[in-house]
Amino acid sequence: MSIIPIYNYLIISALLFSIGMAVAVTKRNAVLILMGIELMLNGINLNLVAFSQYDPNRLQGQMFVLFVIVIAAAEVTVALAIILKIYDYFKNIDLGGLNQLKK
Amino acid sequence: MLNDFLKNIDLYLIKQIAFFVFAAITVGGALYLLFTKNVLYAAFSLLLTLLGVAGLFVFAGADFLAVSQIMIYVGGILVLMIFGIMLTNNKDFKRNNLQPNKISVTHHNRFWAVLVAVLLFLGFLKMIFEANFHIIGKQIHNSSTVRQIGVQLMTDYVFAFEVIGIFLLAALIGAVYIAKKEKA
Repeated sequence: MSIIPIYNYLIISALLFSIGMAVAVTKRNAVLILMGIELMLNGINLNLVAFSQYDPNRLQGQMFVLFVIVIAAAEVTVALAIILKIYDYFKNIDLGGLNQLKK
Repeated sequence: MLNDFLKNIDLYLIKQIAFFVFAAITVGGALYLLFTKNVLYAAFSLLLTLLGVAGLFVFAGADFLAVSQIMIYVGGILVLMIFGIMLTNNKDFKRNNLQPNKISVTHHNRFWAVLVAVLLFLGFLKMIFEANFHIIGKQIHNSSTVRQIGVQLMTDYVFAFEVIGIFLLAALIGAVYIAKKEKA
């Protein structure tokens, strides 16, 4: 397993983070913005796992990634519930069109 | 002849090729997600990216995390997102049976967003190559991490484990409560 230099993981995770940020900024559909955030979280997870392979006795990075995955799942459920409510009210989820808080 | 061929295969090279295949799947899926206009295609390219990240986890010696990545992200979060897409498509888009059901998304500020992302990536790259890591400690060998993670969860991280269980329960109940239909 000790053949891939750590720079490869770091570059891929930096790429994932940058692309995720571009997705979250560019798209106007709320679900796609969530996808961008997931991409950023995955980039960070990859970074943590890459460093965790040099810590085989405690695996702190992998434990951290486990908790990050759970938090991401909780975040997505709550965000989708909110998106469904927004859709009930405005009949679309284009974030450019949400311009009022309450009637 | 086949035996000779199998003996002469460079295992190092094979592993590296597999690593770069997974890396290409990951980054390619992410790039397609950035540039496509079709929302469902974006969801499926996110599927590719998540599977690629699971493969990279295996290369970094995190077998348990790779499996949980597939189960939670691909089996849970992605399906939830596709549900979200399906439940919120635009009703006044009239289509006949000949058209595909295309749910598209509009982009805005694409130039500036890509520019900022490229600059961010270049900054990261500079940081990575100037950081000059001195890695202390040995790498993981070919042993499974499941036992280690289980023991850690029940000893060092038991408080965080319980708290995150309560947190997940609260988030799920809250999501159900928020999404319920209001009585008119």
